Amino acid sequence: MSDSPPSYAAGDSAIERVNAMVRFTPQAQALAMEVTKVARGRAWGRVPYRPELIGDPDSGVIAGGVLTTFLDQLCGAAAILAMDAPTVVATIDLRIDYMRPARPGRDVLADAHCTKLGRNIAFVRATAYEDAPDNPIAHASAAFAITGAAKKKK
Amino acid sequence: MNPQERLAAALARIPYARFLGVRAELKGDELTLILPFADHLIGNPLLPALHGGVVGALMELTALTQLAIASKSEAFPKTIDISVDYLRSGKPADTFARARVVKVGRRIANVQAEAWQAERANPIAAMHGHFKLPDEGGAAVGMSD
Repeated sequence: MSDSPPSYAAGDSAIERVNAMVRFTPQAQALAMEVTKVARGRAWGRVPYRPELIGDPDSGVIAGGVLTTFLDQLCGAAAILAMDAPTVVATIDLRIDYMRPARPGRDVLADAHCTKLGRNIAFVRATAYEDAPDNPIAHASAAFAITGAAKKKK
Repeated sequence: MNPQERLAAALARIPYARFLGVRAELKGDELTLILPFADHLIGNPLLPALHGGVVGALMELTALTQLAIASKSEAFPKTIDISVDYLRSGKPADTFARARVVKVGRRIANVQAEAWQAERANPIAAMHGHFKLPDEGGAAVGMSD
């Protein structure tokens, strides 16, 4: 593991920056999480299905904790992607509603978008699904404290 | 098997609990889940700090297991929703969690949980959630003899 933070050098595309953050996060790496697409204030990602991540051995459904980590990480990325100058965010709270069990054997996809970037707080919502957001596994709603110096420009 | 052994067996059957490295201790009917520190649990290597998702997952597992004990159920409940408040960053150290079953209804239970490290009085995170109780006669998930 490197001792220095991921580089934000000019010319890096936003998706490379966000994936550098994910690669720099050991627990996101342990889940083999990846960010597949980004836009301003928005991130799409994936966690591949793996037997080690099962929460219910009888059904093979992936553990809720996997979604908690995945959605926390993806929501944080969406908050950072809303900023002109990316900085560090810390989760204040995270709520997850489980609409239905994830399908065993299927990768979990998610889409997070920052609904409001303030000077100190960012609000983010996310949906997890296998195929399409209109058939959700879970919805997440999170608030992040913007802890770095590079807050939204005045 | 005594209750402690049954509990250990039930948790050991959950692959994700092994992935995190969670252990359980049962004193009377009060459960403590212990998450020994491991490098792969880190979410911010600069601070360093535990991943918030891992702390949330620990409290959810504690709530599910405590609820199974409290309702003398042979199956784990299903999570309906959880709400996690992060109070301070989790240090790279062992983390503990306990849960309190606030209300067990006919089909739904309300559970609160807290996670802490060095001092029980300084929790690093708190959770409350709703859980759907298993249907009567549902499949046993290792809590039975």
